[in-house]
Amino acid sequence: MNALIARLVAKRLGIMLISLLVVAFAVFFATELLPGDVAQILLGQAATPEAVAGLRKSMHLDQPAFLRFLYWLGGLLTGDLGRSYANNREVADLIAGRLANSLELAFVTTLFSVPIALTLGITAAMFRGSTYDRLVLVFTVSVISIPEFMVATLAVMIFAVYLKWLPALSVASDVEGLGELLRIYAMPVITLSFVVSAQMIRMTRAAVIDTLDTAYVEMALLKGASRRRIVLRHALPNALGPIVNAMALSLSYLLGGVIIVETIFNYPGVAKLMVDAVSTRDLPLIQSCAMIFCVSYLLLILIADLVAIMANPRLRNQ
Amino acid sequence: MGNVVEIRDLHVSARTDSGRTVEIIKGVDLNVGAGEMVALIGESGSGKTTIALTLLGHTRTGCSIRKGSVRVAGRDVVAMSGAERRRLRGRQVAYVPQSAAAAFNPSQTIMDQVVEVAKIHQLMPMEEARQKAIGLFRALALPDPETIGLRYPHQVSGGQLQRLAAAMALIADPEVMVFDEPTTALDVTTQIEVLRAFKSVMRERGMAGVYVSHDLAVVAQIADRIVVLKGGEVQEEGATEQIVTAPKHGYTRALIDAFHPRPHEAAATERPGPETPVLEVTNLTAGYGAIGRDGRPEYLALKDVSFRLERGRSLGVIGESGSGKSTLARAIAGLLPPAIGQIRMDGVELGRRTKDRSKEDLRKLQIVFQLADTALNPNRSVGAILSRPLTFYHGTRGRECEAEVDRLLDMVRLPKALKHRLPPELSGGQKQRVNFARALAARPELILCDEITSALDTVVAAAILDLLDELQRELGLTYVFVSHDLSTVEAVCDRVLVMYQGEKVEEMPTSRMKSGAEHPYSKLLIASVPQLDTGWLDGLDRERASPGAEAGR
Amino acid sequence: MTTTASARKGRFGWHMNAVGIIGAAIILFWMVVAIAAPWISPYPVGQIVDFDYYGPMSAQFWLGTDYLGRDMLSRVLMGARYTVGISLAAVAIACFVGVTLGMIAAVVGGWFDAILSRFLDALNSLPSLMFGLVVVAAVGSSMTVLVLTIAVLYAPGSYRFARALAVNVNAMDFVTVARARGEGTIYTIREEIFPNIIGPVLADFGLRFVFIVLLLSGLSFLGLGVQPPNADWGALVRENIGGLSFGAPAVIMPSIAIASLTISVNMLIDNLPRRIRDRSE
Repeated sequence: MNALIARLVAKRLGIMLISLLVVAFAVFFATELLPGDVAQILLGQAATPEAVAGLRKSMHLDQPAFLRFLYWLGGLLTGDLGRSYANNREVADLIAGRLANSLELAFVTTLFSVPIALTLGITAAMFRGSTYDRLVLVFTVSVISIPEFMVATLAVMIFAVYLKWLPALSVASDVEGLGELLRIYAMPVITLSFVVSAQMIRMTRAAVIDTLDTAYVEMALLKGASRRRIVLRHALPNALGPIVNAMALSLSYLLGGVIIVETIFNYPGVAKLMVDAVSTRDLPLIQSCAMIFCVSYLLLILIADLVAIMANPRLRNQ
Repeated sequence: MGNVVEIRDLHVSARTDSGRTVEIIKGVDLNVGAGEMVALIGESGSGKTTIALTLLGHTRTGCSIRKGSVRVAGRDVVAMSGAERRRLRGRQVAYVPQSAAAAFNPSQTIMDQVVEVAKIHQLMPMEEARQKAIGLFRALALPDPETIGLRYPHQVSGGQLQRLAAAMALIADPEVMVFDEPTTALDVTTQIEVLRAFKSVMRERGMAGVYVSHDLAVVAQIADRIVVLKGGEVQEEGATEQIVTAPKHGYTRALIDAFHPRPHEAAATERPGPETPVLEVTNLTAGYGAIGRDGRPEYLALKDVSFRLERGRSLGVIGESGSGKSTLARAIAGLLPPAIGQIRMDGVELGRRTKDRSKEDLRKLQIVFQLADTALNPNRSVGAILSRPLTFYHGTRGRECEAEVDRLLDMVRLPKALKHRLPPELSGGQKQRVNFARALAARPELILCDEITSALDTVVAAAILDLLDELQRELGLTYVFVSHDLSTVEAVCDRVLVMYQGEKVEEMPTSRMKSGAEHPYSKLLIASVPQLDTGWLDGLDRERASPGAEAGR
Repeated sequence: MTTTASARKGRFGWHMNAVGIIGAAIILFWMVVAIAAPWISPYPVGQIVDFDYYGPMSAQFWLGTDYLGRDMLSRVLMGARYTVGISLAAVAIACFVGVTLGMIAAVVGGWFDAILSRFLDALNSLPSLMFGLVVVAAVGSSMTVLVLTIAVLYAPGSYRFARALAVNVNAMDFVTVARARGEGTIYTIREEIFPNIIGPVLADFGLRFVFIVLLLSGLSFLGLGVQPPNADWGALVRENIGGLSFGAPAVIMPSIAIASLTISVNMLIDNLPRRIRDRSE
């Protein structure tokens, strides 16, 4: 590690913090646009004006929006996410269990899709222009161009309706044994993996092709190196940075996919919680879920950026 | 003795983007005898690199060998299987690339890459290969031969990388070396060292080689025989001495003629007296980065440069990359605001930036750039490009403007019909003429020419220089001519200004350039320019070797 | 490099292969449908025409019937109007704003560029579907809200793309020459920069259109996009999701409509003449 890298990393971190602030600002004020008096909604129509005024005061609703933004931000940082409007429970409690579920889903999907995507992406690049490559491309373009719910409905059609291998819905409550677990996760994971790996294959392929087109790869060819050696010794070490970068970026597609997938399969994760919160207009819950999504998204992008910096041999071997 | 390389009736075809197949090599024959160095010379698109690569059984994407045979040490490369070709590459035929900087893998040490051929073909134990590499580094006059291999490619200079690439090729003692424009990307003072290293190594080992280049003077130093190519066909073939001194083919003659420019005659007669100079630059300092307390920027590209330029004269600014010569032109044009110093035109001080200058000042001073490809908007017709300055500066419109465009095209010797074309449809020379005509459209007094012939083929460049000379006399123009190519400057300029690391090192009349340079750097620079004389490099070495002798005669 | 199935010379002097032409034809088809939907639908969209809900495909109802027994073909044709219309409006606003700001930022540079780029990059780091949820939750869903929200979400990407292209063009000598000539910013952008980035910008417009169609469908699928009684293709899938367990055509057909449109756009872009596409890669 050297000073130049440290400076670049620090700059990235700074940018991430700024983005986070802007995002928090956007989330807070987007939800602030909601018409109606929150205290009134919480206490119901029967509440006395004094009670409403009291709650307004305790929720800082009588203060300017910007101050409330700061209160809210402070709450986020200290883990106080507020109370749900819908059932008056701590948002943090509501989210905790759901977040674990969502992370599990994301983790299993990553585990599943990364090796497949890497293999397909790299081999497609190696045999660029071949029928195999073209098939992989057609597959990825098709998957990228169709909505996630279509992948999900197709998966249900094939595996649950016609083949009857898997249940259409997953409920994570009564899990008995590994077989059951697999059956529950299978459908959401299959769907998400399709969506994420299509992105990943495309970006990995592009990254490897970029390095295969360089003069030093041609030079290796002219030294008599085998295709295997060219790819393993010359192209891949230089493509590694871009590939990891591509993977981190494609994993961010999980976030969009997970909202649809959790809804369609009734999977008890954060995304389902958020969609439900939207239908009940449960603001603190929406805000917190949104922040979770934004933070994970920003983290993935940050990782992608950092990897790209670390992988640059010119910076590394200063 | 038999030939090491025998190419017979070679045809290579390429597929264009639109799917058509065109023949880029049209039946070429070539022999390289044992220990012989054969140069393939020609302009861009002549097919010289394509032919050289077939020796390794390689064609670039989209190209394929359609017909003919390429025999290396008696075996036909065209008929070989993939595995056989791999065994040939690096071991029997080795390649020295044009840009070593790009041809080295950035994430491996230099040594790993130099000995890779030995590893791939299992020629010798690794330790032996490393020792051999160090020996080669020494033979190629590289600094720190013991440790330079431990560095990464981005940690050594371009000239060194080029020699390291040669070491990489020599490690397996190949039968044939292929040099693909190995010095084109280098500065002249670096080029001379690289050439010298190549020559001595090749001579010592008695290897056969193919040397691809567009530069006749470079080739004259290193090749035994020259093959002149154009459009994928051999124009002329002969011993180096014969090609250089007594070319037979018309195209070769044009190439040689382009090398001996008519010496420039002073355009205006010497007029004594204190006339106001067209351009007067005083203590010009410019650069990039934050401005320090003394008013100087962090990275100085130009330090305290002063000169005067009389009307109707032309000043050549020479120097190597990084010398600040292009920065000087940009600062004068107001594109890079100087930190310190003044620029006066006709005695009036100019604003630092284009924004601070009046339209009239802007009109009087025009700048013409090196690459006509990027200097002309590819999406505007030649007519539109030329009429814009007419409308902008002079308010000329409609039929009058049309007529003026015709006149400008005529001035730069281009047919009128060209005005309906887009720049990508023009040849390199035509583009540069349009580029120049656009500057003329402003009816300027002073034209800054930034390397305007550097990207052109020799013959085309010579014609442009003639045109410039002629227009200067007709229109009384004043030129500042930035170039790294001394013969270009010689052809158009009255005086030369030598730049080195942002500073003006010396200024002198062009006529005295070869004999009267005083500063050691000017001497080195001028002496490093290859001459079209087969004995030039050897002669130079002899002079160097004898103590006290003055370099650069 | 792909081998072209059949290359032919187009009106503009460049080549387009069969796949690209098919893509263009399907896009054109949906455009026409979007405009002419009310006149070419076999039945009124809202009318219950069959007692059988989730009816199969038949000669009478080409695409079967939906959960209320309405004609699916009519509903898909009418849905094209919402999907294509809203997406096109959103992508047009996003690209117009993004490209204009991007070119200005590239040419003007300095703090204007720095601040704008930072701000839009931060905006770009909002996961789009999630942010769509938040806005719809806050202000409710209407056509205007949808178009504007989606446009805001996609303008930063367009800005980034156009700016990167414009920065490259801006560094070219012909722009420097224009600057040395004394040309102003507007002339430089209009005459020197824009004509040189229009090809890739159009390709990007197409890709962005695809993403917007997918986002809009996703929102509608979650019940947050186009509201009943109107329905775009995403909402049609939502309405009929109950038919999924017995594989009713009503669930699949709207999805196929979406796929046909988005894949066609990709087919067209991937097979655009090299001259246009090159700089976008």
